[in-house]
Amino acid sequence: MVEFALPKNSKITGGKTWPKPAGATELREFKVYRWNPDDGKNPSVDTYYVDTHDCGPMVLDGLIWIKNHIDPSLTFRRSCREGVCGSCAMNIDGQNTLACTRSMHDVKDGAVKINPLPHQPVVKDLVPDLTNFYAQYASVEPWLKTTSPTPQKEWRQSHEDREKLDGLYECILCACCSTSCPSYWWNSDRYLGPAALLQANRWVSDSRDEATGERLDNLEDPFRLYRCHTIMNCAKACPKGLNPAEAIAELKLKMVERQI
Amino acid sequence: MSTADSPKRSMRTPLGRVRNLGAAHSGTSDFWRQRLTAVAMTLLMIPVLVIIMMTLGRNQAGAKQILGSLPIAVIMMLFIVASAWHMKIGMQVVIEDYVHNEKLKLTAIMLNNFFSIAVALASIYAILQLSSGV
Repeated sequence: MVEFALPKNSKITGGKTWPKPAGATELREFKVYRWNPDDGKNPSVDTYYVDTHDCGPMVLDGLIWIKNHIDPSLTFRRSCREGVCGSCAMNIDGQNTLACTRSMHDVKDGAVKINPLPHQPVVKDLVPDLTNFYAQYASVEPWLKTTSPTPQKEWRQSHEDREKLDGLYECILCACCSTSCPSYWWNSDRYLGPAALLQANRWVSDSRDEATGERLDNLEDPFRLYRCHTIMNCAKACPKGLNPAEAIAELKLKMVERQI
Repeated sequence: MSTADSPKRSMRTPLGRVRNLGAAHSGTSDFWRQRLTAVAMTLLMIPVLVIIMMTLGRNQAGAKQILGSLPIAVIMMLFIVASAWHMKIGMQVVIEDYVHNEKLKLTAIMLNNFFSIAVALASIYAILQLSSGV
């Protein structure tokens, strides 16, 4: 059966409260998930106090400030710090989002609570293991597939056909959507999840692609596609404002369209 | 499947694990039928409620008289077929979602099929009996 409770070694225990920085006038409390694969202990939640006068406004700024000033062992992914790379996806105040685009002032009610993306194996602290997620993306073969002779210049596309890719091509594969989806939690070994399916629809919708039927064949499966139950957590979580649920509905519509 | 081929035990590549046995090339007909039966039930709901209210307070002979009409019997049986089919597909989705043990899953899906067919046939038999006095 599905596991509804955390495994024994994943149960969160009380963590360390780090001392408040001296001389700071305005402090913000951060409660951060910690887990170290090397010490054999269960995960814990550490409490830090960030001097908001000394750091930028975003949650990622707060994490970097903690790493620089309090605890250099705190581990998280980050790169572009402007919502383009998708590296700093994490669960902030119960919502999967990018730490670099979520202002700490938007988190109401006390502490800023930070956990890794849900239901993924943790590598360390806030770093999830996204191997399966990336393999699922690879399985939709996200590149242009053609059999016609390659034109001398580019493959041409009308403005109208190009517009069909809007709302799809912007996905940065941060995994906020897939890891917010309960159906993906229960069946991520077989269900491709909202991100990979949105990407699949991006290539199915591309007028230049000549493998649309094969792509749909590859998705037509009770688990790969039809585990989507339109829960819509994906659309709520997406930090880029995309709607993976709609993209999946479009895929289902195309499946029906080619049968009826 | 998830346990026997879990990343910890298997040395397959992640892509190999995701591709696994390949796509089943099915699922769309169940998806379509679920919608079809949902629309059918929505349309049949009002006539079915009216028929049920018509039989309220009547004795068996009165109920037989109402259900003896062909359109009324057909409406009732269509509603039973649509709802039993919808129930079967919906329950199968729930089983596939939460039951991960392959043997248990197959057994549960079989029982679900048997139960839905039995409920549908028993209900249809009851209507036929009432409408024609079989």
